[in-house]
Amino acid sequence: MNNSSQLTEYTAPTETDQETETWELRLYIAGETPRSVAAFANLKKLCEIHLPGRYQIEVIDLMQNPQLAAGDQIVAIPTLVRKLPEPLRRIVGDLSNTERTLVGLQLRPAKPGQ
Amino acid sequence: MSKAANHRKPANRGLAKAPTGIQGLDEITGGGLPLGRPTLVCGSAGCGKTLLAIEFLVRGAMQFDEPGVFMSFEETAAELTENVRSLGFDLDELIEQKKLAMDFVWIERNEIEENGEYDLEGLFVRLNYAIDSIGAKRIVLDTIETLFGGLSNVSILRGELRRLFRWLKDKGVTAVITGESGETGEGMLTRHGMEEYVSDCVIQLDHRVTDQMSTRRLRIVKYRGTTHGTNEYPFLIDEDGISVLPVTSLGLQHESSAERISSGIPRLDAMLGGEGYFRSSTVLVSGTAGSGKTSIAAHFANAACQRGERCLYLAFEESSGQLQRNMRSIGIDLEPWVKKGLLHFHASRASIYGLEMHLATIHKLVREFQPRVVVMDAIGCLAAIGTRRDSSVMLTRLIDFFKMQEITALLTNLRTGNESLEQTNEDIASLVDTWLLLRDLELEGERNRVINVLKSRGMAHSNQLREFLLTDHGVELQDVYLGAEGVLTGSARLARESTEKATSLLRHQEVEAKQRERELKREALEARIVVLQKEFEAEEELAKRVIDQEQSREETNQQDRDRMGISRQGDKVKRDVEPAVRSTKTPRSRT
Repeated sequence: MNNSSQLTEYTAPTETDQETETWELRLYIAGETPRSVAAFANLKKLCEIHLPGRYQIEVIDLMQNPQLAAGDQIVAIPTLVRKLPEPLRRIVGDLSNTERTLVGLQLRPAKPGQ
Repeated sequence: MSKAANHRKPANRGLAKAPTGIQGLDEITGGGLPLGRPTLVCGSAGCGKTLLAIEFLVRGAMQFDEPGVFMSFEETAAELTENVRSLGFDLDELIEQKKLAMDFVWIERNEIEENGEYDLEGLFVRLNYAIDSIGAKRIVLDTIETLFGGLSNVSILRGELRRLFRWLKDKGVTAVITGESGETGEGMLTRHGMEEYVSDCVIQLDHRVTDQMSTRRLRIVKYRGTTHGTNEYPFLIDEDGISVLPVTSLGLQHESSAERISSGIPRLDAMLGGEGYFRSSTVLVSGTAGSGKTSIAAHFANAACQRGERCLYLAFEESSGQLQRNMRSIGIDLEPWVKKGLLHFHASRASIYGLEMHLATIHKLVREFQPRVVVMDAIGCLAAIGTRRDSSVMLTRLIDFFKMQEITALLTNLRTGNESLEQTNEDIASLVDTWLLLRDLELEGERNRVINVLKSRGMAHSNQLREFLLTDHGVELQDVYLGAEGVLTGSARLARESTEKATSLLRHQEVEAKQRERELKREALEARIVVLQKEFEAEEELAKRVIDQEQSREETNQQDRDRMGISRQGDKVKRDVEPAVRSTKTPRSRT
């Protein structure tokens, strides 16, 4: 929460890649809880606006595939993992704060506007 | 829960316990960690938390057939495997055999953005998956507090941890949770107060350095529903893993043996009620430098080996080679016993380890070698490396340990010259059963060695100060000569010895002369008796002859009378003289 200034530094080198690359996103959930459903809805909405046509969302339900949790170091649920573009990013929570999600995904530097 | 609970009978009537298999820990905890419940192991960095946890799993898998899950938050599986390989734990093999599962949970705060509500279901999923994949009954979380570093929403974390421990209990796994010690003065055992969640059993590890000697200690802070040792127990980490020394819990319950064993010096045995030390007693030999402590110890070791008993010789002052050479010079050859495997030397400088390490080493040696007799030469060296209190505590533990094992122990202790004569480590004095005091008596320009039995519990022992010599056939106690100032020693004794010899010779000669005189007298008397006897015999002969003559004369007279009678024809020939007389009378009166 108070580390957003740190995050801005990370955003700088990747900004140029944003236009061309396909985004590979993974959303880890554990059963269809209200929180997971909300997270997925929030993510979907955000991608449609900011990454139209160049994103993939893979939803992994750990209740079905528990063995997949270790691979991406999943601890918290829900967790959104940005596999591509690199570097890897993780956002935990229901993504209810769109602004923070955008910053977290480095779709935008952490400054007010938009 | 039922799976684990059915697996074993409870260790005691109270709480079911999961044995750790860790040397000594099960003794302190009365059987192990609470079965199916979490245990918190806390301590500062490098105090052995992770090792204790991993040993709990490995021993569980290998000795008690309880597979385990190791969930690490700090080290990767490869690092851990590497780290514990030196202790002889092959984690790879255990993983292959499905006896162990490892999961490395890694959270990098820089990579994580928190956004909205979340829970730690991912962790639960991973744990559950690992547990179910091998049917684990034990689990380790090392160190779960790392989560506080990776995630910032403390209230979520706390709630989730509470849920986690409840879930672990429901799952019925015996869990060990490690936690780093908190800042001092906050009254918390761990940084984030893990003790709040794990309330069944808390073990605290400590690694202290005093006087450049490091000491590891373990303490059971709490253990709900069971009695446990409450002291700080020293433990060590060596090539076999962790050993905790629960010796303080031994107390005074040892059996007392009435058996006696020789000290190896016959006249010393005589001083000790005639039979030597009691079996499984503790003997202290104290004395100044060069007063012969080691020699007396060597005699004892030698005697034990002669009886065919194993003897462990702990040398803190000399190497085994030096010791054997020195003892050969007084006629004690220990080498054959070493070759035969009856005598084991363990020579080490006292200052190379801390007290606990020594204690642990001795424990280990005793466990491996199973001696009936232990010699410690000299305990003073140990006292030098710790504080006086520490070392006496350690010796108490050792002595108790020896007694429990029915080992007869002989300890030597150096007394410095300026201390009062009977002063040694006071605390030891009350622990030992037999105390031999060696000292040098200075008299007439020489120092001589003197031994006396200061105390010997349960036997009528000599109160005599005895001089002893170190001869080429061992320690020899000398005869006692008392002078005006006490026991005579050295030249004074020799002088007295020779005077006594001279007087006794003189007396002996006088007696001989008297005897000779009497002999002569008797001979003379006997000769006279013979002469008198001869005289008597001669006289008797003479008398006999006279009587014979008289008798024959009487006979002749009778015959003459008879003949006369016949010739007168007055009488018939009579047989006897008397009737003849009577018969002659009657006719004579008739006529």
